[in-house]
Amino acid sequence: MNRAGERLINGLVKENPTFVLMLGMCPTLAVTTYAVNGLGMGLATMAVLTMSNLLISILRKMIPNRIRIPAFIVIIASFVTVIQLLMKAYLPDLNKALGVYIPLIVVNCIILGRAESYAYGNPPIPSLFDGLGMGLGFTVALTCIGAVREILAQGSIFGYDIMPGSYVTINIFGLAPGAFFVLAILTALQNYVKIKGKKKGKDYSKLQSGCSEDCLSCPDTGCSKRFYDTGSEKKEEPRVVQSSEELDSEIIMITERTEEDMTIMDLDKEGN
Amino acid sequence: MSEHFKVSSNPHIRSKLNTSGIMLAVIVALLPTAGYGIYHFGARAALVILVTIASTVITEVLFGLYKKKTTVTDLSAVVTGLLLALNLPVSIPFWMAVLGGVFAILVVKELFGGLGQNFMNPALAARCFLLISFPVQMTDFTYDTFTGATPLAALKAEESVNVMDMILGRTAGTIGETSMIAILIGACFLLLLGIIDLRVPGSYIVTFLLFAGLFGGRGLDPAYLSAQLAGGGLMLGAFFMATDYVTRPITVKGQYLYGIFLGLMTGIFRFWGKGAEGVSYAIILGNLLVPLIEKVSRPTPFGYRRHGGQKHEK
Repeated sequence: MNRAGERLINGLVKENPTFVLMLGMCPTLAVTTYAVNGLGMGLATMAVLTMSNLLISILRKMIPNRIRIPAFIVIIASFVTVIQLLMKAYLPDLNKALGVYIPLIVVNCIILGRAESYAYGNPPIPSLFDGLGMGLGFTVALTCIGAVREILAQGSIFGYDIMPGSYVTINIFGLAPGAFFVLAILTALQNYVKIKGKKKGKDYSKLQSGCSEDCLSCPDTGCSKRFYDTGSEKKEEPRVVQSSEELDSEIIMITERTEEDMTIMDLDKEGN
Repeated sequence: MSEHFKVSSNPHIRSKLNTSGIMLAVIVALLPTAGYGIYHFGARAALVILVTIASTVITEVLFGLYKKKTTVTDLSAVVTGLLLALNLPVSIPFWMAVLGGVFAILVVKELFGGLGQNFMNPALAARCFLLISFPVQMTDFTYDTFTGATPLAALKAEESVNVMDMILGRTAGTIGETSMIAILIGACFLLLLGIIDLRVPGSYIVTFLLFAGLFGGRGLDPAYLSAQLAGGGLMLGAFFMATDYVTRPITVKGQYLYGIFLGLMTGIFRFWGKGAEGVSYAIILGNLLVPLIEKVSRPTPFGYRRHGGQKHEK
């Protein structure tokens, strides 16, 4: 179950599909004019992602490698059709607001990406939670972007007016350029928080080091950047210390972590 | 010995002209325009100008504190603020002017790396940001007791305009765009100092005039053409914003191409677009194309072939 929880956190924070992986930008920019649209789009994508991950994982030994992409597309498209019909029946307003972006979930690169990089090589339960985590990350991101844009452009959130009556709406945030501004600012903010966390010793960045970024399915167990071993325990970097003098300097470095020391240490790790 | 000789890479001959000198010259050149704006629109215009400049300078100082390297002494923030203020209507709420100033410096200039790295003119980008965000306040050109359309809007509605008033500046519009004479005085000052040259403004205005003559719908009627020339931000844009060193092409051929592109786009926006004015959009669109223009207009070094960059074989 540890692994499932790790997958959830991974999708929400470490590999957030919107803010970190920068996937699925088309619906992210297009539908987030209102918070409720972002939420609806995120939940619809999450439902498709979870179900398709589960089914692809179950069928992974039956799907021949050569035709795996068409097979994934067929599975994903079926779930999208189900979701679209359900939305048409029970949430007609939301369906109208999201328009063509609901059928376009089929070609959302997050879904195909998770199928290809995770579900096709992992057992069903972690795949299910991987889809759930990624979908939640997408939902949270879209809702945040939608909320900020709705507040700035409409003065309301989820349809409730929250700004004072004298507030003058800033129309540009309801239009395409505003989507880019908000996405960029929120991405910068979460990077800032992560870098802060890294300086305090919480290293979120190791999963983003240019490898496949997925230590769980990575065959290279000797990788120095490996973050997760079997559970979610953080593995300490082995550091080679040669003399007592160096050991002293190490301790100084760790106790007084100024910015410069941090960069030196980072360079050290890169070199190793 | 070695500390007595400065060893550095070229250029070895340095001009005395530096960034702050150029910026100061631009500010001086804009003074007639700003002065006329204050005379024409009243004291509130002076307040709008001051507030906008204060917002850009303070943003620059604050960002300088954040990146621990202040660049406010090069005066570029003052120029940005002044240009932005000249592009605002006199009745604009002050907080909108401040928002525009902060947007120009923070988003368009500093986030892309500061002066010299901005990919579009900060003042114009901020104007477009405000124009899209607050279309009502940005196109409300009421001043004193005068309410009415700008000359360009009147032209678009096929009403008659007084060309002499437009050239002198006795019309509605943004603070700095009304007086063609004041703008031209400043432009002559910059041309005489050699800070700007006529490549971009010249090709821009000539292309626009040709376009207006061909597609303006009134042929070569001189009154109509001079009204189009004097109306809106064409002069201000051509001499003060299209010539911005950072956002215009470096190559000579590229500068002509850039001017021609601006003329075409302004014509298309003015005659076939929904609005009456199109200078700001034309220039920021041109700014975006500058890397491409530089790529196609790169001069061939002596001894090289035109295409492929291979050395000429004999």
